[in-house]
Amino acid sequence: MNFSFTDEQRLLRESVEKLVAAEYPFEVRRGLAASEAGFSRELWRKFAELGWLGLGIPEDAGGVGGGPVETAIVMEGLGTGLAVEPYLATVVMGAELLKRSGAARSDRLARLAAGELQVAFAFAERQSRYELANVETRAEPEGGGYRLTGAKSVVFNAPAADVIAVSARTAGGPRDRGGLTVFALDASAHGLEVREYRTMDGLRAGEIELDWVRAGPDDVLGRPGEGLDVVEGAVNSGVVGACAEAAGIMARMHRDTIEYLKHREQFGTALATFQALQHRLVDMYMACELSRSMAYMAAVRLGSPETTEAELRRAVAAAKVQIGRAGRFVGENAIQLHGGMGMTDEMPISHYFKRLILIDRQFGDADHHLREMAGTSP
Amino acid sequence: MDLVLTPEERAFQEEVRTFLRERLPPDVRERTWTGARMDKEDQVRWEKILHERGWMAPSWPVEHGGTGWTPLERYLFEEEMEAAFAPPPMPFGVNMVGPVIIAFGTEEHKRRFLPRILSSDDWWCQGYSEPGAGSDLAALKTRAVRDGDHYVVNGQKTWTTAAQHADWIFCLVRTSQEARRQEGISFLLIDMHSPGITVRPIRTMDGGEEINDTFFEDVRVPVENLIGEEGKGWTYAKFLLGHERTGIAGVARSKAQIRRIREVARSETSHGRPLAEDPRFRERLAEIEVELMALEYTILRIVSAMNAGTAPGPEASILKIKGTEIQQALTDMLMQAVGYYAHPEYPPPEPGANVAPVGPEHAAGLAARYFNWRKSSIYGGSNEIQRNIIAKMVLGL
Repeated sequence: MNFSFTDEQRLLRESVEKLVAAEYPFEVRRGLAASEAGFSRELWRKFAELGWLGLGIPEDAGGVGGGPVETAIVMEGLGTGLAVEPYLATVVMGAELLKRSGAARSDRLARLAAGELQVAFAFAERQSRYELANVETRAEPEGGGYRLTGAKSVVFNAPAADVIAVSARTAGGPRDRGGLTVFALDASAHGLEVREYRTMDGLRAGEIELDWVRAGPDDVLGRPGEGLDVVEGAVNSGVVGACAEAAGIMARMHRDTIEYLKHREQFGTALATFQALQHRLVDMYMACELSRSMAYMAAVRLGSPETTEAELRRAVAAAKVQIGRAGRFVGENAIQLHGGMGMTDEMPISHYFKRLILIDRQFGDADHHLREMAGTSP
Repeated sequence: MDLVLTPEERAFQEEVRTFLRERLPPDVRERTWTGARMDKEDQVRWEKILHERGWMAPSWPVEHGGTGWTPLERYLFEEEMEAAFAPPPMPFGVNMVGPVIIAFGTEEHKRRFLPRILSSDDWWCQGYSEPGAGSDLAALKTRAVRDGDHYVVNGQKTWTTAAQHADWIFCLVRTSQEARRQEGISFLLIDMHSPGITVRPIRTMDGGEEINDTFFEDVRVPVENLIGEEGKGWTYAKFLLGHERTGIAGVARSKAQIRRIREVARSETSHGRPLAEDPRFRERLAEIEVELMALEYTILRIVSAMNAGTAPGPEASILKIKGTEIQQALTDMLMQAVGYYAHPEYPPPEPGANVAPVGPEHAAGLAARYFNWRKSSIYGGSNEIQRNIIAKMVLGL
């Protein structure tokens, strides 16, 4: 057992921290979130040069190797800077999905690692909430291929995506665990419409309508009818990435709050001298540390071949519960302790808060994952 | 002890219900129900209807246009208003400066200001907080210097809600430097249309612009706009804060929110069933309901004591703390209820473009409301300050 970073991982961490400190002051983030594209293509190229986009992709497929711990390190660092680049959608989840490609596997992964391919994963639907097998979008066989019809909800990075992975039902009823198939669709496919929008936390997403969209047998990710494995694999990666991002956000919010209370004077003294507030900061600190432990625990479990399916399910659910609850505690208190200033759009803290709270909604909230842990999901 | 309304109290309740059923404009009700932002015209329209019925300022003395209701009747009125999704009058005139003018103003002040508050012809805002004076209000620095029959005011107020719509602002200003910081503060009424006043909106994290910075540069204010004695403003401010606090619990509004959450949960699904049938969801809501019930019966205890003639004391701080905690928990549940549809931006980037919201209509703005409502544990004396008040004034620590 060795639950500490290797030298290589430490170097990666330093490189992310350095880039975020040098290139991601908050005003840059604000500008990017408001820009047409919603993120920086230039920084994305830089991520590619640094090898971050090839993390988790084997070297023989154009990647640089590594796994969930490495991508978690990047996500944590990007969380510290509240980066809007779609690393979670394209690298953490996208690479996991495209690894299941057939003939196009190497080509797609190499382009992804080179920064030339953006990915979005459309798995949620209006009625599904967080239940991954709850899919009404249908893929009907036609000729040697399929035709997809249905609607997908809140698909992150859909506006920029070149490839949109879509879960669809090729057999079974709307909640059956079997009978799902995941397709990698070209974003420009005929009949695929994206209604683009911004999210409360400054990212880009889209509602997707599929109207008789054609897919070939080569577009299937994994095996037909066994798509739930593919969905769960990508979502588990997504959860771990989001947990690491949240750990970075929380640490930053905590640090900013300490700084604010050290400098904000009321009643003739710095607010940081009040014991009631000190204890609050201590509780926030503990929540940050525990969350970080859980994020990396889940990353290690996800990357280890020794992890059983049951262990992984438990690890991922537990990490998401911890992050959801601690995120709310740290986030809400950071705003509270900033007073009126915390409410303003002008202060970075409010933007960090929005992302942190919405991470709890992504891939299932704390309540959802608590039930996964307890085995009480209906 | 009994918890049954008398026949008279029930008749009163029925009278209020009938009025609301007949007179509350459906579009105003709709906007309050969905939590959409109200514009000034809607609010004024509704306040004038209340005024016409004589119910704009129930707690004021009858001779100034109040109702003469008992504290319990006032409570029942507020409860029925919230239950019907009738927006309460803007608090700054009716609940804040009005009672101060009644208690400490001159006859001329009363004649000049009170009728226009009741008719909603004058809108007021509050000039208390400053960049350096938040929880520590006595640190305020805005100065008013006497120059003949005027004060000349210089400084900055912040978090001024509705300043962009207001005709008047009631301000705490420093008229002299004294050893005790609470002395030398005066309570001044300032015409918002005076030269030298600049209002700059502050954008909040939910995308709204309801609060502002208000700047004063050599603003000339006639001395007759001083309330009470020069230098005694702190006394009046404390009086006002007492008034602000009793209504802050928002029990009836929280009950109405619970109804809204149930309705949203009936339209949402979880694991193939309506979310409203989900045991965990129901238990979470029930937990909040228990807290709300405990708060409600605490208020009824206070209202009963008031009915018997006891003035509300600093235990009103309990109402502020618990009331806002419950309100926040409910905005959180409402946001949770819509799952992924908490994400889309609200308001959409081009307001007024008349685009359909992304996702189900009932989800629009729920996350924005959660973010906006974080303010409730900060404003009106932060919940930390309320705890200090209880520690000092109630527990004697």
